[in-house]
Amino acid sequence: MAIVINHEAETTEDAVVPSAKTRRGALATSGSPLVRPPAAAHLSDEQVAELGRELDAIKDDILAKRGASDAAYIRRMIKIQRGLEISGRATLLVSRNKGAWIAGTTLLSLAKILENMEIGHNVLHGQWDWMRDPDIHSTTWEWDFVTPARAWQHTHNDLHHRWTNVVGKDNDVGYNLLRMDPQQEWKPFNLGNPLYNAILAPVFEWGIAIYDLELQDFKDGKKSKEALVKDLKALGVKALKQFTKDYAATPAVAMLTGSGKQALYGTLTANAVRNVWAHAVIFCGHFPEGTDTFTEEMVEGETRGDWYVRQMIGSANISGSKFMHLMTGNLSHQIEHHLFPDIPSNRYAEVAPKVQEICKRYGLPYTTGPIWKQVGSTWAKVFKLALPPKKA
Amino acid sequence: MIRLRKLARAASVLTTPLAPEDILSLFNPVFSARQLRGIVTKVVAETADSATIFFRPGRGWKAHQAGQWARIGVELDGVRHWRSYSLSAPAGQDPAITVTDVGAVSGVLVRDTRPGDVLFLAPPQGDFVLPEHPRPLLMLTAGSGITPVMSMVRTLVPHRPDADVVLIHSARTPQDSIFREELSELADQFPNFKVTHWFTGERGRVDFSSAAVLDELCPDWRHRAAYACGPEGFLDDAEALWSAEAAAAAAEGSAAGESHQPEGPFAADPINLIIERFTTSLAAGAGHDGGLVTFEASDREVEADGSTPLLDVGEDAGVLMPSGCRMGICHSCLTPLRAGHVRDLRTGEVHGEPGQLIQTCVSAAAGPVNLDI
Repeated sequence: MAIVINHEAETTEDAVVPSAKTRRGALATSGSPLVRPPAAAHLSDEQVAELGRELDAIKDDILAKRGASDAAYIRRMIKIQRGLEISGRATLLVSRNKGAWIAGTTLLSLAKILENMEIGHNVLHGQWDWMRDPDIHSTTWEWDFVTPARAWQHTHNDLHHRWTNVVGKDNDVGYNLLRMDPQQEWKPFNLGNPLYNAILAPVFEWGIAIYDLELQDFKDGKKSKEALVKDLKALGVKALKQFTKDYAATPAVAMLTGSGKQALYGTLTANAVRNVWAHAVIFCGHFPEGTDTFTEEMVEGETRGDWYVRQMIGSANISGSKFMHLMTGNLSHQIEHHLFPDIPSNRYAEVAPKVQEICKRYGLPYTTGPIWKQVGSTWAKVFKLALPPKKA
Repeated sequence: MIRLRKLARAASVLTTPLAPEDILSLFNPVFSARQLRGIVTKVVAETADSATIFFRPGRGWKAHQAGQWARIGVELDGVRHWRSYSLSAPAGQDPAITVTDVGAVSGVLVRDTRPGDVLFLAPPQGDFVLPEHPRPLLMLTAGSGITPVMSMVRTLVPHRPDADVVLIHSARTPQDSIFREELSELADQFPNFKVTHWFTGERGRVDFSSAAVLDELCPDWRHRAAYACGPEGFLDDAEALWSAEAAAAAAEGSAAGESHQPEGPFAADPINLIIERFTTSLAAGAGHDGGLVTFEASDREVEADGSTPLLDVGEDAGVLMPSGCRMGICHSCLTPLRAGHVRDLRTGEVHGEPGQLIQTCVSAAAGPVNLDI
């Protein structure tokens, strides 16, 4: 696996309060990165700064509007999801009946997709923290997904969203498994790219759970043994609970009606459906044709405006119906989500046309397309990058 | 109860990562794995700008003592706000708060609360409560300060023939005076309860600068355990009077050669005045610089000025800050300091040791501050 390792120390602005942890990721207030990404190379520093101000204004507008209707939205989603969850699971208890099996599996699949995408992912981003409701808060939420919420928040919120598509910094570029960018050095192992991806899709939640352990960091000495053991324990507890619920407790109760085996197939199918869907949606976020990746020189000295530019040209949307947006957890608005990861997801649709207009005006790509096209595009990349680069 | 808990744990195998309560809350909003809630059962208008809200609390509530207060959480435009309100219902009965519309949160409670609404709750607390052993009492209240005292009067007067209570309640006009009719009825019915309604619109504020008013309204006031609740000026004046009387009595006592017990066990003594404050002046931070506040566990950082309590700073940033009275009394908001210094907004004192527990409701940033939350 060709991962560029960066040994450079984190920036140390914490000189003021030496004993305490200071958050990283401060952006430069002016100037430009060492290298501006090719797709934005035509923009001057002043133009990029102006673009940053325009996007800030869009965010401020949403924050000012955010209120009771948004709170009602997430509560309604949670109610719908829980209704789907209990009705699906209850129906599986009598799934000896074929109709019940289909209905139960469908309901449970929908429940799991909603839980992970529109609710879990977005709550864990802190999109609903402003409500100050401890039941719907990024620091208390746990989701119906094998990886513990806190572990995922670290690799996703802290690392992926900060270093979006910077090869060598953002491990989401291939998840340490796939070669997803030509900058990543080719090795014979990468010939299996399509195979690995096909195996990964139906067990995606387990792939993410292993990914969140950051085993590569441990091997490189960047993660302590204590930290790894702690993460392994947390994962073990969580995985056992998840496994017991879906593959032991639910079938066990269903045995009372002679539906044990069918219930087990039902939960297995629901988890697989959710995994394949989540995998497809997430791969559409940064891998389709038209999205850019970046080098470390392109982030060195980045201003807020440049950070916004990188998020926009490094992400891709999915076009489609309202129901499709909901089922993707509004990750179909990946560009808007990467610009403003913590505004409520129900607001992305209203932001999208404004962002698209800005991209057009500044001559920046705004990548979007229907889901079949975007999924096809990511698979094309998986196949293409399995092969070594052609010698010039 | 224990069997219920076992059942819940067994059921959680099927509901994880949710708790069974999270599922049950679909059917009954009082259920929650994480937070205490109550359902409003009745709302009674008291005066033009006050109302009593009765509620049925969920599991986790504990019965209140007369005079205690509870934290109530309500949502304003989707955002949870917590305030403390005194319980006006007598001990032993379903809880009720009496709220006067003085701000955004109390305004919503008074005007927009309907039976069936959900209130977020914290169990009752506070040590403004009746003495353990019966003794003659003097209650001094002003405005909404009557609320906790009403709970005491309702608890004590109708049920204890040996009660001996004098209440002096000050309000602007008869129309503004909460519980006026009920108090008058109780006084008619029970000879051991005397009430004086003092209307400041007619007579001006109760004058505590000398003992004259008290001597007239309650000649044996020096021999009573006194309770006072009302605005800050009212309480400061009462405190000053009790201190002055205690000093005078001590001087008299020592002149007569008795150093300890000047005038019997119930002589005016600052300890004999128990007060409940509603507001505290938090102006000591004005004009001072704040700093960058880092909420470490929540991964948030905010630039704060020198006069905003850290509690408000955190809440505005979406951090789940523990909170209580919001005036530096109850210590519900204690949060460990990791680094930096804070200014006490009551006194202006700057302090801060790593690991120290900070009262965020009365502390502002004095330079960069890191909190372990």
